[in-house]
Amino acid sequence: MNYLWAGMILVGVVYAAFHGTLPNVTTAALDSAKEAVTLCITMLGVMSFWMGLMKIAERAGMIAGFTKLLKPVLRFLFPNIPRDHIANEYLATNMVANIFGLGWAATPAGLKAMEELQKLNEERCKRYGTNRYRDYDMATKEMCDFLIINISSLQLVPVNIIAYRAQYGSVNPTEIMGPAIAATTVGTLAAIIFCKLVPNKGES
Amino acid sequence: MNLLLFVSEITIPLLVFGVVAYGITNRQPVYEDFITGAKDGMKTVFGIMPTLIGLMIAVGILRASGFLGYLTNLLSCLIPDVVFPSELLPLSIVKLFSSSASTGLLLDIYKEYGADSVLGKMASIMMSSTETVFYTMSVYFMSVSIKKSRYTLAGAMVATIAGLIASIYFTKFI
Repeated sequence: MNYLWAGMILVGVVYAAFHGTLPNVTTAALDSAKEAVTLCITMLGVMSFWMGLMKIAERAGMIAGFTKLLKPVLRFLFPNIPRDHIANEYLATNMVANIFGLGWAATPAGLKAMEELQKLNEERCKRYGTNRYRDYDMATKEMCDFLIINISSLQLVPVNIIAYRAQYGSVNPTEIMGPAIAATTVGTLAAIIFCKLVPNKGES
Repeated sequence: MNLLLFVSEITIPLLVFGVVAYGITNRQPVYEDFITGAKDGMKTVFGIMPTLIGLMIAVGILRASGFLGYLTNLLSCLIPDVVFPSELLPLSIVKLFSSSASTGLLLDIYKEYGADSVLGKMASIMMSSTETVFYTMSVYFMSVSIKKSRYTLAGAMVATIAGLIASIYFTKFI
């Protein structure tokens, strides 16, 4: 990140020096800073609205309800995790949080899930020994599949994008939601098919 | 009636109605809960504000210097627009590494072409349906000291590319 940011700024200034656009750079830097603040004001409204709504859903037990509904899906995706293992809980919480755009709730649950999956991995390594597909520092099929599905980013409401669009003069900021849901579903389906095609090698 | 547009229109009202109705029938203090959540929301925004300022300045400089335009032209020579719009290529690549940096580029696209232009819509959909592959992988694997990630990257790229292609395709429907 450090290099990316520094690179953007340094390349920009050097390029401007050679193309006589240095004055534009000054205005752009100042204007962008101001713009970021205006954008945050719009975001304050949208994010507060969304997180407020999600708080109601959480307190009323709706999020927990969806997590329960996800159980059969988890059995299909991760058949090798013992049925009552706590990892299931964390995996479900992470997925539900992602779907509802609750990044702050998704990451801790996801990290917890990884921790539990690693414990399972260590148990297997101890019991069956290590080999080409199983080692203490090697990802298990569950870890790979979980991350691939997580990265495919199934999401219902892209709150941030809607806020940005509203700020930048979109007549209908939420217009993109339908296609976005369709596209993210395609991505997640591709992820699931991919995971199911990779044979299970190190788990049993 | 266009189904995708219909989904766009009803999802939020439906969610708002559903959540509030569910909360009130379960005798929850919905108003207080909303306020608590809204406070968290404000904290989140204040938290990302410095990052947003930093990155928007960086992208602003790149755009004003003319480098971003140069890069787009260069990319459009390499990859014909029929396959993938060259204006959105930097955005898609940066998104693999950093969510905030790609936000900077997304806003730049809104400014250059308009949030409601085809490019603006396409970029919005792409950003909604892809995730920061490398960042997520390093955070999750590092937290449990896994060094060999096996096929995770391959799978994540398959999912991302499928999402990008689907984004281009579904943009046509609105």
